[in-house]
Amino acid sequence: MGKIRTPYLLLLPGFAFLFTFFILPIVNLAQTSTQTPVGGGDTGQYEQTFRFQNYIDAFVENKEQFGRSFVYALIATLLALAISYPLAYAIAFKAGKYKNFLLVLVVAPFFTSFLLRTVAWKQILGEEGFVVPTLRTIGIISDSTTLTSTSFAVVMGMTYNFLPFMTLPLYASIDRIDPRTLEASGDLYANGFTTFRKVTLPLSMPGVVAGTLLTFIPAAGDYVNAAILGSPNTKMIGNVIESRYFKIVDYPTAAALSFTLMAAILILVTIYIRKAGTEELV
Amino acid sequence: MSKKIADPTIPTIPFAAKFQRWFGRNLIRVYMVLAFTYLFIPVAYTFAFSFNDSGKSNLIWKGFTLDNWKNPCGAPEVCNALANSIKIGFLATLFSTILGTMIAFAIGRHKFKGRSTSNLLIFLPMATPEIVLGASLLSLFLVFKINPGFWPTVIAHVMFCISFVVVTVKARIASLDPRLEQAAMDLYANEFQTFRRVTLPLVAPGIAGAALLAFSLSFDDFIITNFNSGTVITFPKFVYTAAARGIPAQANVIGSGMFFLALAIVIAGQFINRRKAR
Repeated sequence: MGKIRTPYLLLLPGFAFLFTFFILPIVNLAQTSTQTPVGGGDTGQYEQTFRFQNYIDAFVENKEQFGRSFVYALIATLLALAISYPLAYAIAFKAGKYKNFLLVLVVAPFFTSFLLRTVAWKQILGEEGFVVPTLRTIGIISDSTTLTSTSFAVVMGMTYNFLPFMTLPLYASIDRIDPRTLEASGDLYANGFTTFRKVTLPLSMPGVVAGTLLTFIPAAGDYVNAAILGSPNTKMIGNVIESRYFKIVDYPTAAALSFTLMAAILILVTIYIRKAGTEELV
Repeated sequence: MSKKIADPTIPTIPFAAKFQRWFGRNLIRVYMVLAFTYLFIPVAYTFAFSFNDSGKSNLIWKGFTLDNWKNPCGAPEVCNALANSIKIGFLATLFSTILGTMIAFAIGRHKFKGRSTSNLLIFLPMATPEIVLGASLLSLFLVFKINPGFWPTVIAHVMFCISFVVVTVKARIASLDPRLEQAAMDLYANEFQTFRRVTLPLVAPGIAGAALLAFSLSFDDFIITNFNSGTVITFPKFVYTAAARGIPAQANVIGSGMFFLALAIVIAGQFINRRKAR
């Protein structure tokens, strides 16, 4: 349909914008990452010296926070998957005419601001909230145990905040499964568990892959949950990058850390997509 | 019959057995109630504490009041932040929807050289952690001696919203029946008329959905905004800075208000869709 030039004309403004404000900044970030302070200059003045050692220094100095980011993000992703799968399954297969209503309910909590919800969790789990005193009365936690400022609170906050990114793609792919395939499996004497393992789960894999990626990527780069619900002992790489930029004005290290984070995520994601064998979702 | 009555196990454990059977049958319902409770706890908390007669710090329940709802601008910095967020959200939505829809039509409707590269360029910003997007854009602005502030924030939001608009609109375009356009052409509509009278109205719900998504992404964004907004305070940024000393109850009013507004829009949208489907 139409002339050869039409698609390029349609792409031009948007891609010019993305080139200027997405590609160019990334290239510039790469340049910044190998700079060193100007001798005798002010703080915040850097010159290009192609010092690749910056990467090694930045990584070695912050390997703990790197490790924490990936472990927290992984746990939060697995928890979100465990919570979302039965929920998405129930909405797709058992909700009947309430399907749309329940889907709205899944998304609805996320209409209140992300920050407000995180602060709400902080106050609910905090000393003045109702959870801690109740758990203490029952005796599940001791009087000295707190819930906020712990890695538990950070992972819980991340699980909560990224949950719809998991539930919605899962729902989309489970909803597409023809219920007759499940009946067929039952007719062939598969029990409920076998049917799930051999039919439902493989057919919902695209949703699992999309959901885990959409949860893991923002979770690994997040610093809001760690800042509000955590303590200095739960700092993630995002917190380090933020403070390098704003408090220490150490742009090269911040850039090197950002680049390492992006590269690590891209490599993990590529391996994961290869292993999962679903490249169509891109 | 007589055998069953003689069976001693049935009458002895009526409650446990009954409960077990009920639980087995309603497991999924029980699970859904628990899951939705978990999802709504912070929302309910935010809503409840919007009625707190709290004064400055809204940490402990001090008594019920409607004052915060009657006067949401009682804490002026909340309203300033909200106004900034709405302005930025509106501009970001406008530009990203226009640019994104054009890209979606190019990719969804045309076969051309570089189509897969285009898809990759759309996917990449979504696969990049927000902190990298925010930090890299800030370093670009710093190189060109542009101070972070209102417009840099708008630019940043347009940048990360475009991909989401493209994906949403593209999905809608892909679901269209090509025969409808062929029919229009058969009835002597030219290309432009077909687009304006057939294609565009059919894609419109997708564009509207994309615009809503873009606005909510922009309105709720904190990380990228924090890097590029300088001294401009948006609503999420206000909540973040105020979190340490307790946010004023008016912020809860705004959060709850947004919740009900968005819910109303979604429900209205579903009603319109259902009407049209008839």
